[in-house]
Amino acid sequence: MTLLRHELRQGRTALIVWTASIACLFAVCIFIFPEMKSQTEGLNELFASMGGFTAAFGMDQVDFGTLTGFYAVECGNILGLGGAFFAALCAVSALCKEEKERTAEFLLVHPISRARIVTDKLLAVLMQILILNAAVFALSVGSIVCISESIPWKEISLLHLAYLILQLELAGILFGVSAFLRRGGLGAGLGLAAVTYFLNIIANLTEQAEFLHYITPFAYADGADIVANCSLNGGLIALGMAYGAIGTALAYWQYCRKDIM
Amino acid sequence: MRAIETSGLTKYYGKARGITDVNLAVEEGEFFGFIGPNGAGKSTTIRTLLGLIHKTGGSAKLLGMDISEKPEKLLKDVGYLPSEAVFYTGMRVKDVIRMSAELRRTDCACEAAALCERLELDTGKKVEELSFGNRKKLAIVCALQHLPHLCVLDEPTSGLDPLMQREFFAILKERNRAGATIFFSSHVLSEVQRNCTRAAIIRAGRIIACDSVEALAKTNAKRVHITGSADVSGLHAVRDLKTADGGMSFLYGGDCNLLLQTLAGQRIEDITISEPDLEEIFLHYYQEGGELA
Repeated sequence: MTLLRHELRQGRTALIVWTASIACLFAVCIFIFPEMKSQTEGLNELFASMGGFTAAFGMDQVDFGTLTGFYAVECGNILGLGGAFFAALCAVSALCKEEKERTAEFLLVHPISRARIVTDKLLAVLMQILILNAAVFALSVGSIVCISESIPWKEISLLHLAYLILQLELAGILFGVSAFLRRGGLGAGLGLAAVTYFLNIIANLTEQAEFLHYITPFAYADGADIVANCSLNGGLIALGMAYGAIGTALAYWQYCRKDIM
Repeated sequence: MRAIETSGLTKYYGKARGITDVNLAVEEGEFFGFIGPNGAGKSTTIRTLLGLIHKTGGSAKLLGMDISEKPEKLLKDVGYLPSEAVFYTGMRVKDVIRMSAELRRTDCACEAAALCERLELDTGKKVEELSFGNRKKLAIVCALQHLPHLCVLDEPTSGLDPLMQREFFAILKERNRAGATIFFSSHVLSEVQRNCTRAAIIRAGRIIACDSVEALAKTNAKRVHITGSADVSGLHAVRDLKTADGGMSFLYGGDCNLLLQTLAGQRIEDITISEPDLEEIFLHYYQEGGELA
């Protein structure tokens, strides 16, 4: 408990900044929706004529003139990328920051087991991700109410759930990576988040790269797909959760046997 | 029961040597010194004992418990002072002290307050505002506030001013009298000589001597610097003789009276007889290494 509380306190500023940034972008996006709606015809034409990119961002599947279609693409990309970056940053530094900042010697000479340290740090990462998503969801619903649109509960719940799962998967994998690092791995964390994002775009662009959908978590968190089908791809999500679980298991295994410098 | 007992303890970092075949036995209630130059393996030994790093071979026990025991049991009664204490930025001194106590699931606010007062540590300050010496004091409070049975201190006095060093050793002596075992590493020989009952010397990862401090000191030579001219050819125990313009310097390992008698009749402008620095002591141990090892 002590360590969990400490971790949350240490991460508080970052959490507030990221949550506020993502939530503000969300609100801004939602508030410009009424204006977008009035110009929707020209927009749809424009978006439909971007060739491969139309498909890459899923804009062939949704109508920008509807809130859900707009939300899936615009907000989806904000929370998709923003949330993924936050989760990546949190998780990839979780286990290695003590060594990087040289506080490991302080923490580890207390009577606390390595497994306990991993558990508390993992819980802290998960809680921060949950807090960010809950806050963004609440603000998003509030913003939709403000622009007097009816709330498409099912669609936005599924969207937000998909992004939450995506973040948990990335966090699980990078938490595992974190146990193997000695110095900071911010580059690795952000890199993985960005690479998986682009892998999904590539997979959307060409059929030959279809298999990438089994690698990148953005495949099951594709806003346009989710809104168009009004469902989540259970198979891909199960696979993603398995990746996350393997990362987490590796974190326990490695951290408990690691020499702390 | 012994406070620390190692047998053939070995640690390699990949292929790089950490420590080799370290055998130590520190009885409960001892004030034990652990001497060696930088990179000799002092910290490696300590960090292996505390479970920060894992041994490559051999075995070791702390307070009767094998070091592969879970840390929540092993470290309960151990206090550790790292040579370079680093804390979480953004925290205040009192928060660090409280966190350390909470991680030990003990309430030692009274003892912590007493230690802070004796060490003149301002608990309201932020950790990043602390000087090296003050960080050290905070580390001392964290290492001692829970009244550990075994205190493991890695170069505890670096960064402390002489007055604080005196206060610090006074605290350690009180703890020692109350039954705690003190094990501290140092490269300052005089500090070990003043405070410890026994000491071990480590060099290049191996223990090269382990004895009572008197016995170790007896074999210690003195460094003699002379300005002026003197003839010391009559003395047997002179080593490492260097003559320079207007003076000379040598290591003397024999009877002091003999040295003084020899020098008494000569033209000496100035003389200092001092402890040889640690490097010279090790030289000395190495030359006699055959019989000591």
